[in-house]
Amino acid sequence: MIINVKFNFNALCKKILCQQLDAMGLAYTLRGIGEIELKTTPDKQQLLSIAENLSDFGIEIISDQQTALVQRIKDAITLLVNGDEDAQKYNVSTYLSEKLDYSYAYLSNLFSEVTHTSIENFVILKKIDVAKALIINKDLTLTEIAYKLNYSSVAHLSAQFKKTTGLTPSTFQKIIQKRKERILAQQ
Amino acid sequence: MALHTLNIALADDDEDDRLLFKDAIEEIKIKTKLSLFTNGKELMDYLMLPNIILPEVIFLDLNMPVKNGMECLKEIRNNSKLRDLSVAIYSTSSSEKDIEETFISGANIYINKPNSFGDLKSAIEKVLQLNWQYQTSALNRDNFLLRI
Repeated sequence: MIINVKFNFNALCKKILCQQLDAMGLAYTLRGIGEIELKTTPDKQQLLSIAENLSDFGIEIISDQQTALVQRIKDAITLLVNGDEDAQKYNVSTYLSEKLDYSYAYLSNLFSEVTHTSIENFVILKKIDVAKALIINKDLTLTEIAYKLNYSSVAHLSAQFKKTTGLTPSTFQKIIQKRKERILAQQ
Repeated sequence: MALHTLNIALADDDEDDRLLFKDAIEEIKIKTKLSLFTNGKELMDYLMLPNIILPEVIFLDLNMPVKNGMECLKEIRNNSKLRDLSVAIYSTSSSEKDIEETFISGANIYINKPNSFGDLKSAIEKVLQLNWQYQTSALNRDNFLLRI
């Protein structure tokens, strides 16, 4: 039997962080997206062991401030796209500047400098990434997916999908399906 | 990061195409270090060397002597050290069947060799930009498909 699962990344990451930090006996507060406040300042050795423990889960400590902020922008966009209920009401710029407490102009410039793309493009990329997962899953129709991801119409979603990937949603679905079948056949 | 240099590999038996690609990639804003190979076997021998820095993206011509692009693609996807590399097929063929077959065999990107230098530049730039997002963000790489 095959079951499909959906992840809540925010809950997942918080849970793992808490478990690990608790296990290391640290006092801390999680401060929103991607920021942890430690009650005591750990020495170098301790910091290394925190980094090592977390790296098993693919969690990295970011040392440079700019990269850290860009990562927080990306995480906020992920939350926004994955359907943070409050978020749907805002546009991206208001949402990011409120959530991260910087002006949108500053965030937008920084993002473009560091990532080879713009915040607007990244949001599209994220939305299409979620759309891909939903298309593969086959539980929802394209119309339902368009609604869920806040597109004004299914035509708009299809056009943006084609522009981003060079493929139509149905060609994409067919390719991934055949790829899976081939991998299964090889095993 | 914008200052990070990307390692790129191209395997193509046509010398003119290699030179054109080299000129194009040097003109785009993203900093790259390009390694060129004249057939698939040269490329695969290089990738299997110990201690090399693996390229972020491999551009593969389909029709090459000794070992063609399709054989390389399959070897890359069946090798645990190379499996996660991004592979871009770079070919003159625009047959839907060829395109679909390369995607099913594990290619991430399919580029029809563009007719103009400007188009080639923008195609390479688009590939490198998008690939960078897949390398640095929580995007699902299994679903990374791009056709240009």
